[in-house]
Amino acid sequence: MRLGNWLALFVALVLAAEIARLTRQRALRRERWRRFFKHRTTSWGLGILAFLAIVALAAPLVAPFGPGDQLGIVDLRNHPPSWAFVLGTDVLSRDVWSRVAWGARVSLGIGALGALVAVSLGTLVGATAGYYSRWVDALLMRGVDVGLALPRIFILLMAVALWDGLPFAALVLAIGLTSWLGTSRLVRAEVLSLREREFVVAARALGAKTGRVIFRHVLPNAAAPIIVSAALGVGNVLLLEASLSFLGIGVAPPDPSWGSIIAEGASTIYTAPWTILFPGLAISLVVMSLNAVADGLRDALDPREEAA
Amino acid sequence: MMAWLVRRLVASLAIIFAVVTFVFILIHAAPGKSCGQIEFDVDPAVCDQLTKQFGLDKPLHVQYWRYLAALAQGNFGYSFSLHRPVRDALADTIPFTLQLAGAALVLDFLLGLGLGIYQAGRVNRLPDVVLSHATLFIYSLPTFWLALILMLVFAEEFRWFPVGGPNDAILCPVVDSLYCVADRLWHLVLPAATLGLVGAAGTARFQRAAMLEVANQDYVRTARAKGVPERRVVLRHQLRNALLSFITRFGLAFPFVLTGAVLIETIYAWPGMGRLAFDAILTRDYPLVTATALIASTVVVVGNLLADMLMGVADPRLRVRASADVEIATA
Repeated sequence: MRLGNWLALFVALVLAAEIARLTRQRALRRERWRRFFKHRTTSWGLGILAFLAIVALAAPLVAPFGPGDQLGIVDLRNHPPSWAFVLGTDVLSRDVWSRVAWGARVSLGIGALGALVAVSLGTLVGATAGYYSRWVDALLMRGVDVGLALPRIFILLMAVALWDGLPFAALVLAIGLTSWLGTSRLVRAEVLSLREREFVVAARALGAKTGRVIFRHVLPNAAAPIIVSAALGVGNVLLLEASLSFLGIGVAPPDPSWGSIIAEGASTIYTAPWTILFPGLAISLVVMSLNAVADGLRDALDPREEAA
Repeated sequence: MMAWLVRRLVASLAIIFAVVTFVFILIHAAPGKSCGQIEFDVDPAVCDQLTKQFGLDKPLHVQYWRYLAALAQGNFGYSFSLHRPVRDALADTIPFTLQLAGAALVLDFLLGLGLGIYQAGRVNRLPDVVLSHATLFIYSLPTFWLALILMLVFAEEFRWFPVGGPNDAILCPVVDSLYCVADRLWHLVLPAATLGLVGAAGTARFQRAAMLEVANQDYVRTARAKGVPERRVVLRHQLRNALLSFITRFGLAFPFVLTGAVLIETIYAWPGMGRLAFDAILTRDYPLVTATALIASTVVVVGNLLADMLMGVADPRLRVRASADVEIATA
């Protein structure tokens, strides 16, 4: 680590803390968002997420080396953490911190994109099923039942086996396509109760087209469960990607995702435990933060709490 | 009640049938010919013969019918990589997965329920706050990473537990004694703990919330007001009702354990179905992959059915409503 990297890291840390503090400050002005920060873990979660997102964006600044740089295969293999290599080096003499920092782009990127695909699809299917009800509903929801019966890791394993490995975009798509089922059920339940409400009936009576009713009147009022499941979804997708990459069928080495770094480090855990320790902690931190933020969102957006 | 049960049963069978169909479509939608023209330079005549031998020249609906007929007879096909019927491979591995999953689920439910109830009795006091943070952390751990860490600490560093296989590799394949039963349990500790701890953390969080949800109900307040002992209020009034939402979680535990089994068994060299599925991927052994996927989905469906039945037993309201034939299927 050079001085510039430490400086960049410090700036990232300050920036993240500041983002968490500012959000909290602004939020405290409004009753609903005060509940969001009821637990201190929410602020911490927000700060950690902000920090790792900044690290991902600023990877070239905070990481002293490139993710694939082999620094000296003879004398710098499995080097324990030191001032020069803060998280140590792996069996191919690559700097673990640099790989974790660059890997944040891949892991967080897949998490966000995969969750985006999943939540969009889930919302679309759930809204369609809930709004049209009857046979459309029956058809879609029985489809969801079938999907939920197959643990998605098995679907993904089959897809990988049959298609001989998936390129990055296909991997994101495959993860997204297998992760929307829960969201669609939530959204359907919400829409089902909303469609009978007066303002929706009124909009329909005034002649609003179905699409407009769904997107302008129904869905904005169903935002709460969608937002919460998006927050949880990013964590789930991240875990799924890490598991697949760990099994060697997700992000292919040498590209660093947190899962694939662990996969490559698994063979040397006894001699160089730092190669698996830190990327795993990164995954846990992100998922934990997302869970904490989702808890806060649930508190903030729950209409029942508003009445209380 | 009976009619409702029959309906759930039929629905479950329909789901399994749909999964079978989905798997069939997935296989046939995949690119590639029936014999590996890409990898190997196969004589076209041999290729034709193989195609014919496996019935792959028949129209799709005939193949589909044959596939269904074979499955109905419990014939999952022949594994390319193991050179043995898939059914035999499954019969060898499923008991190991059952042992792992069973131990993990027991730990998950006992520890999770216990913690959840304990925490709900002390909301926002120190033990609850500490446990809340701990369960949030453990719940967020990737299972495969926790497996590696536990292995590193308890197998390598302290040498308390063995890793690598389900048994003492030298003695137990030969002799069959009480020692080997104990040995199996000893080997089971780390894999089951990995899966069980992550599950238990989730269960504890869930159960704590469920207990608190019930805590504000009128009947709990009434029970306290009329002087029912606290222990009885918690166990009979709160827990009895909070268990209803726990049953839903019980159904969801099956997919979690199956997914975990693929990773955990691979890491701990546990010769179960999860590892079989993973090895099948590496060798592109389609019959084996699809068979494990089908078994997994059957387990999930049966788990849901079990949860539904438990719900019917535990919630008297359902029995009444079911006889009135109100839609209560998946809540």
